Amino acid sequence: MEIIIYGVVNSASLALMALGFTLVYGISRLPNFAHGALYVLTGFATWLLLNRLGLPYILALTGATVLIGLVGAAMYRFILIRIRGMAISEIIASYAIGLALLEGMRWGGLKGATFILPAFAEGSVSVLGVSVDWQRLILIGVGAVLVGLLFLFVHFTRVGLALKGMAQDERAAMTLGIDSDQMAVVAMALGAFFAGAAAVVLLPLGNIVVESGYNVLIMAVAVCIVGGLGSWTGAILASFLIGFAQILTVVHLGAHYQVVVALLAIIITLILRPSGLFGRQKELEERV
Amino acid sequence: MKRRRGTMRRERLDRGIKVRTDSVYAVSGWPEMAYLALPRLVLILGLLAAPFIFYFNPYWQRVLSIICIYALLAMSFDFLAHFVGLVSLGGAFFVGVGGYTAALLNTELGLPPLLTIPLATLIGAGLCTLLLLPCLPLRGVYFAIVSLMFPLLASRIIEALNILGGTDGILGVDGFASKWVEQYVLILAVLLVLFGLRRLAGEDIGLVLRGVKDNDQAVKASGLNITTYKAIAVFIASAMGCLAGACLVHLYMWSGISQFALDFSILPIAATVIGGVGSLVGPVLGCLILVPISELLRDFGTLRIAVYAVILTAFIVFRSEGLMLYGSRKYHQFERWVEF
Amino acid sequence: MSQEIVLRVEEVSKAFGGVQALSLVSFSLRRGDVLGIIGPNGSGKTTLVNCITGFVKIDSGRVFFKDREITNRPPHKIADLGVTRTFQVTRPYYSLPAYKNLVVPLFSPRARRTGGWRGGGRLGSRDTVSVDILEEIGFERDSFVPYKMASSLPTGYLKRLELARCLALRPEIILCDEVFSGLSMSEMASMIPLIERLQMDGITLIMIEHRLRELFRVANRVMVLNFGLKLIEGTSEEVMDDPAVKEAYFGSEEVFSYV
Repeated sequence: MEIIIYGVVNSASLALMALGFTLVYGISRLPNFAHGALYVLTGFATWLLLNRLGLPYILALTGATVLIGLVGAAMYRFILIRIRGMAISEIIASYAIGLALLEGMRWGGLKGATFILPAFAEGSVSVLGVSVDWQRLILIGVGAVLVGLLFLFVHFTRVGLALKGMAQDERAAMTLGIDSDQMAVVAMALGAFFAGAAAVVLLPLGNIVVESGYNVLIMAVAVCIVGGLGSWTGAILASFLIGFAQILTVVHLGAHYQVVVALLAIIITLILRPSGLFGRQKELEERV
Repeated sequence: MKRRRGTMRRERLDRGIKVRTDSVYAVSGWPEMAYLALPRLVLILGLLAAPFIFYFNPYWQRVLSIICIYALLAMSFDFLAHFVGLVSLGGAFFVGVGGYTAALLNTELGLPPLLTIPLATLIGAGLCTLLLLPCLPLRGVYFAIVSLMFPLLASRIIEALNILGGTDGILGVDGFASKWVEQYVLILAVLLVLFGLRRLAGEDIGLVLRGVKDNDQAVKASGLNITTYKAIAVFIASAMGCLAGACLVHLYMWSGISQFALDFSILPIAATVIGGVGSLVGPVLGCLILVPISELLRDFGTLRIAVYAVILTAFIVFRSEGLMLYGSRKYHQFERWVEF
Repeated sequence: MSQEIVLRVEEVSKAFGGVQALSLVSFSLRRGDVLGIIGPNGSGKTTLVNCITGFVKIDSGRVFFKDREITNRPPHKIADLGVTRTFQVTRPYYSLPAYKNLVVPLFSPRARRTGGWRGGGRLGSRDTVSVDILEEIGFERDSFVPYKMASSLPTGYLKRLELARCLALRPEIILCDEVFSGLSMSEMASMIPLIERLQMDGITLIMIEHRLRELFRVANRVMVLNFGLKLIEGTSEEVMDDPAVKEAYFGSEEVFSYV
């Protein structure tokens, strides 16, 4: 029973981490290697707003996540947009920005003292006989709510539908009057927002450390490859697969095998079903 | 004369001597041969003479070796990115694999450095190619993602499972026989790889690799298995990285997780972009510039990675032709403003 | 013309998402045939070529090359057997001269088997062979044309370069995807004898075309596709007289709508 509860928690956290990455890739075909950097940056920003400016926690949270959305948009609008379409340059540039942010943070402030974000609610509760702390339950709830909001956004708002159109076929969307550059900026802002949302919910479970930026990137990429780059239903399904696999490994083999699970998941997916569970580009040949 | 940009344009003309050095006419006289040979001679003689120049300064001798190691990595990145179209974001993986293999061959089997280095190069390249094989039939972005992940995953797995010496690493690796051997092995490796790869690019198999980058559907329709040729390219590139890693391990007489560090992934990329993508000499040039800078920034800790990343982004976005192409343009052409 | 069947396509179907691109298409090809495949845009002609040559996975149905099943085999293996194709959108290796473009197919295992080259370096045998092939295909040997960059060649030469790429493999079948499209009248006048010569050399051709008048001069059998279905196969007169074909191209005068 513990396995199920903690499995769900782990899966929800993986899903939160991966959603931002898969969104950006699905819409603008850009693998956002700065995803982990944005995650840590949000945590740091929240901490600053909370402790240096003394804002109430809720304001600090929302402020930081909105801020990170703007940072993502700015990053795209001023840097990445200039190399749009050149796949190699895009990949290198997003990697470089991510590294610059992470290592800059490591040098600039995030060392020495421990930075902690307080949990939303203290204490734990007993669910089906298992003791779970409130923060982890909130995590699942927030994850579900965000996915639900995303679904509504993509299906019922103009901007959301435009993004969906771009994800399916960029040229066709452009002929319908959708400005693909602007939409790409919006996509990036959304992706950054999701990274930030994941950060504010997950970071209270531990400290804010720069290493978690790399870990989040690894997990997000693993989930996205297994689920199919660009498909967020695939990402959610994959996060449950990997989430439960990880919990089972922790229970039976030991906590430090989690990373191995991620590696194996990637390699097995690439060998057996390269486009992932719900990958849209099912066969590479179909792009003749 | 007042220059008004509105009615002036820049005109570029090849220097007279360049025209006279086309193909067979290059050997028609001393000036022509000197024009062609000069840049290469400067590079070759400069590198070969460098250990003598720094004879009295062991610190800079060490830096020279490090430059060579990074040069190998940068050429590996340039080769994969420009000739085959695969972006290898995790060059550190090759370094780590080569390094650990060499260290194990040395400490477990007792082989001397002059044997471990070639063996580690071949075995390491085989291992890396095997591990990267699943993502080769897929689109290029998968290769980028997987190559990014491998060094990060490798260091975490070694640390978590506490294998191969864990965080302490493998100690007690032999060093080179002497300082001269140490430096000349690396310098000769760099020169051989540089001119060897340039030759390869002109050979038929080099054309096939470039075809894979340009239009892989046409290559498939010509009866060639793309995965095989990408694998050959990855083998060559990872061999360079493993060679660098093996030399590194014997240089520091220690092998540890730090070989998977981001430095080895990002500095080669920065050096390539700054020096000029596609020319294979550009990356070497870039390393000659960046490695001394990184030594100066050593006191600032990991800030140096942020610095490389920022410079890299700036170059990619704004002046992506790189110094090498800029320089060769100046060497081969002269510019002037012309009214129109 | 011999009776040997070199290519047999049995009830091939392929759907992309909700669109049925091919439905139960079957035909046979004899050695020495020139089969023209015509049909309105979107009728599945290029998809058929992609399916036969392995670039697209077939949903159901089978393809046989001389009694050997080649359904869903990888494209390079199918090319290795001698079934080659051109691409509708010509994309040569732009940064290379025209004759170097042929080095890639000459490097393939099939070319090495049938041609028997060993080695080959910068000025080795592959370069001379490729200039020979280019001369066969209509590039004037003594001019600079074979040595020009592929990016500077006009359409007529590029289409021929596509064919040359196939010829380098000494193929048995060439599937030509719209080689006539985009050619001027003078380029066309030199392309038709080339096709006829290929046929006389014993190569079996399948040609997807929109330019029907020129196609009917070289093709001995014609097949019509519409919405992924094969409408009819026969000689050019039989096909053009068929009312279903006329309706596919021109529409019908009936007032009521289908579906």
